[in-house]
Amino acid sequence: MHPLAFTVPPVEELVTWPPIWTLHLAGFDLSINRVVLLIFLATGVASALFLAAFTRPKLVPRGIQNVAEIGVEFVRNGIIMETVGPEGLKWLPYFTALFFFILFNNMLEVIPGINFPTNCRMGMPLFLTGISWVMFNVVGIQKQGFLKYLKNLVAPAGVPAYVLPIFAPIELVSTLIVRPLTLSVRLFANMLAGHMILTVFFLATDLFFAPKITALMAVAPFALAVALLGFEVLVAFLQAYIFTILTAVYIQLAGEHH
Amino acid sequence: MEQAAASSLGALIGAGIVYGGAAIGPGIGIGYIVGRAIDSTARQPEMGGRVQTLMFIGIAFTEALALFGLVLSFIIQGNA
Repeated sequence: MHPLAFTVPPVEELVTWPPIWTLHLAGFDLSINRVVLLIFLATGVASALFLAAFTRPKLVPRGIQNVAEIGVEFVRNGIIMETVGPEGLKWLPYFTALFFFILFNNMLEVIPGINFPTNCRMGMPLFLTGISWVMFNVVGIQKQGFLKYLKNLVAPAGVPAYVLPIFAPIELVSTLIVRPLTLSVRLFANMLAGHMILTVFFLATDLFFAPKITALMAVAPFALAVALLGFEVLVAFLQAYIFTILTAVYIQLAGEHH
Repeated sequence: MEQAAASSLGALIGAGIVYGGAAIGPGIGIGYIVGRAIDSTARQPEMGGRVQTLMFIGIAFTEALALFGLVLSFIIQGNA
């Protein structure tokens, strides 16, 4: 193939995998494909890390317990204490699990031989967002009562009555629809974009490298691809952080009394 | 046949314009937020951690508009 005839495969080809083991149960497609296996892998590695660190915790941490404690401390001080405050500490286990689950799933993108962030399929971010949506609404209803929560949602104190016809629908849509939508799409789009851009540059490297005459030209896309791998590590961490901290912020906003 | 080709070409161009256009505003907004965060951290370095958290939250809210453009461009491409 001539390097100038370089075509990027369509997006569907990058993220669709054939089922390895087919299973249909009561109308649901429960087939196992590579994405599902990778999710199991990420979950298994994250669980194994924390089990190894905290099954027999020592007062003076050594080795892997140090690493895990830094992780938990980051979620505690960097995410929960900065947003919800001390009363949010009861959610520390969930937030830690959420952060590390997303982080390990995203990190699969830069591991050689795997190179597939499972969050670039919409299902996983959508499911996690569903949990966050239920959480912040339940917290709001628990703290303020259903009617008061709804009232504070559409008409907080201090908003003049004559802007309410415009203000109320915007606030309702932005809280109940736009929030979960952006939360899931942000994670999904960032991972998909990273996956696509790495694919493009590695494919270009391969295409330039194959014919002898253009082999030197492969240096540029390869250098860029390696630099982008480093950038994707940052993005993977940042997206896990943003997802977790936004869930915390939504919970804080729902629990606020007006 | 020619009409189908023209329609898919139009969808591709439209998707590009939609995402490009949607990225302008959030780009300016995120630049403003980060600039201000650097400003305030330089003034009061001891507030750096708090400012950084608020900066990320602000970026996340601003970014939402660009994400709408991205989703819309995928929808346009899918309907070509």
